[in-house]
Amino acid sequence: MVTSPLEVKGLGYDYADKKVLDSVSFSLRPGEILGILGPNGCGKTTMLRNLNRNLSPHRGCIMLEGTDLEEMQKRDIARIIAAVPQSNEIRFAFTVREMVEMGRMPFQEAFRGNSSEDERIVDEAMELTGISGMSDRLINTMSGGERQRVIIARAIAQSPEILLMDEPTLHLDISMQFEVLDLVKDLASRKGLTVIVVSHDLPMVARYCDRIIMLHDRTIFAEGTPEEVLTPENMRTVFSVDARFEVDERGSNTVRLFGACRNE
Amino acid sequence: MKAKIGTAMSRRTKVVLTAAVLVALLIVFTLTDLAWAGTRTLSLGEVWAALTGHGTWANDLIVNHQNLPRIVAALFIGAGLAVTGSVMQAVFRNPLATPYILGLSSGASLGAAIAIMLPSTLALSFIQPVLAFGMCLLTTFLVYAVSRAGGTMVRTETLVLAGVAISSLFSAVVSLLTYIAPSEKMGSIVFWSMGSLGEVGTDELAIIVPIIVAGILIMLTQSRNLNAMMLGDAHAMDLGVDVRRVRIWLLVVSSLVVAACVAFVGTIGFIGLVIPHILRMVLGPDNRLIMPMSVLGGGAFLLMSDWAAHVVSPLYGVLPIGVVTAMVGAPFFIYLLCRRKREVGW
Repeated sequence: MVTSPLEVKGLGYDYADKKVLDSVSFSLRPGEILGILGPNGCGKTTMLRNLNRNLSPHRGCIMLEGTDLEEMQKRDIARIIAAVPQSNEIRFAFTVREMVEMGRMPFQEAFRGNSSEDERIVDEAMELTGISGMSDRLINTMSGGERQRVIIARAIAQSPEILLMDEPTLHLDISMQFEVLDLVKDLASRKGLTVIVVSHDLPMVARYCDRIIMLHDRTIFAEGTPEEVLTPENMRTVFSVDARFEVDERGSNTVRLFGACRNE
Repeated sequence: MKAKIGTAMSRRTKVVLTAAVLVALLIVFTLTDLAWAGTRTLSLGEVWAALTGHGTWANDLIVNHQNLPRIVAALFIGAGLAVTGSVMQAVFRNPLATPYILGLSSGASLGAAIAIMLPSTLALSFIQPVLAFGMCLLTTFLVYAVSRAGGTMVRTETLVLAGVAISSLFSAVVSLLTYIAPSEKMGSIVFWSMGSLGEVGTDELAIIVPIIVAGILIMLTQSRNLNAMMLGDAHAMDLGVDVRRVRIWLLVVSSLVVAACVAFVGTIGFIGLVIPHILRMVLGPDNRLIMPMSVLGGGAFLLMSDWAAHVVSPLYGVLPIGVVTAMVGAPFFIYLLCRRKREVGW
């Protein structure tokens, strides 16, 4: 039995008096792509932000390679866990190269420039994400999809073991959604990355995730392979949609959406 | 437009060129400012003789005891204000942020005004800087306390708003004090808020220079973290920056630096706003370049302003330094506002 790189034990989190998450427990398996699935506002992002201590749990704890996150330096966490936040505007005119170089921050001391090792890792990250040709372009002038790529490259440059992605397909063109997730799947297998993807996009999660955790009513509602979790009943209860899990004629998992339905 | 400049010249060339221009400005204006002797201008030889201790008694007085402390003050205070300005703009992700964004200038003015209004048995030269310095720090503390009262998380937007509120309150009190003050004291209150480098001597420099230098060094250690914070708190946290701690740390240090800058010379505006912006236009947003260059740029700008304040003295007498920086800075600020509509980033 391989030990889990990340274990969530009884996680609870509240905003003011409203409980958002309660007794969420799961273990990450090394090398998997885990989908955290749930409708908007169900606490997916809150959970993700707890996983690299952007937020601190109100109840329970999160163990990273056997150590409680609360006892770790933020910087040391960032050496193991990288994240791609929900895409947003960046107003500053950093170049693409400068953006990716920021991924090396957790490894660098003040007043030190990039080592040749840093340069090599940044080059590789840009190569892997297909943005080597964009070095000098300015991040604030790029489209959402391009920016997403740059942020993913930055995360790769962190040479992480775990990658957290918050709604990676939001705001992206459809072709770009596939491109970004193909890229992540490829990186996961090539670099042995373990990935957690938070999303409400049923077909995308079905297609790309090895395992799915479905959140409902502040806690885990269902957990398992896409086929096990994405049953018509579960999707009706959690998402209020009439939908069916299928394997399409090209062999990919998908979810067919028929329309909204009312829960009695 | 920036992209065009970017391709025309390599980053390294631009950095070297900018540094060279700033150093040249520093040298030129240090010399011209040293040579200022009221109705006449000293020759380079006379300045050199005075500096090395071979000058006439009068030249020694002018160069070493009148001009030199003022120039040193201008260099360090200009540097301190420009660096804190760049830090505040990054911390608040706000192009209009200045070193005084949390209301520190109003706090300091109130401190100075209270000192002026106190019975004249107390030595003003002692009590005024102490109160100005203290009120600066108290303002930061108040703004932070008010922002915290709403909840456990202190948001930058709340800080800015609390700063505006407290600043308005203190300004109103200063206006009230000015209104009820006897006329001779009224002048002092008004003049203080315009800034003056003329009162600074070696004793004062011994206090403010170490604070400014230490503060700048501490702020420089955070330049990389500030880059990440400019992208947004979530980005910075994902990159391992303890955003809350860094932010509080920077607010405390920058408040100390601002307090040291204004305590003896009054509130000098626009340096902290304008210098980081000019540098960003040339060099891009990387704080690892902008902050050290602000040290040179801020020093050079305040020196130039000081020279300008003196060069017009035959007409109007020596102008308050804050008036000069504002007269140069404000038009640029307006230009900036017009330009921002078209420009995507800053």
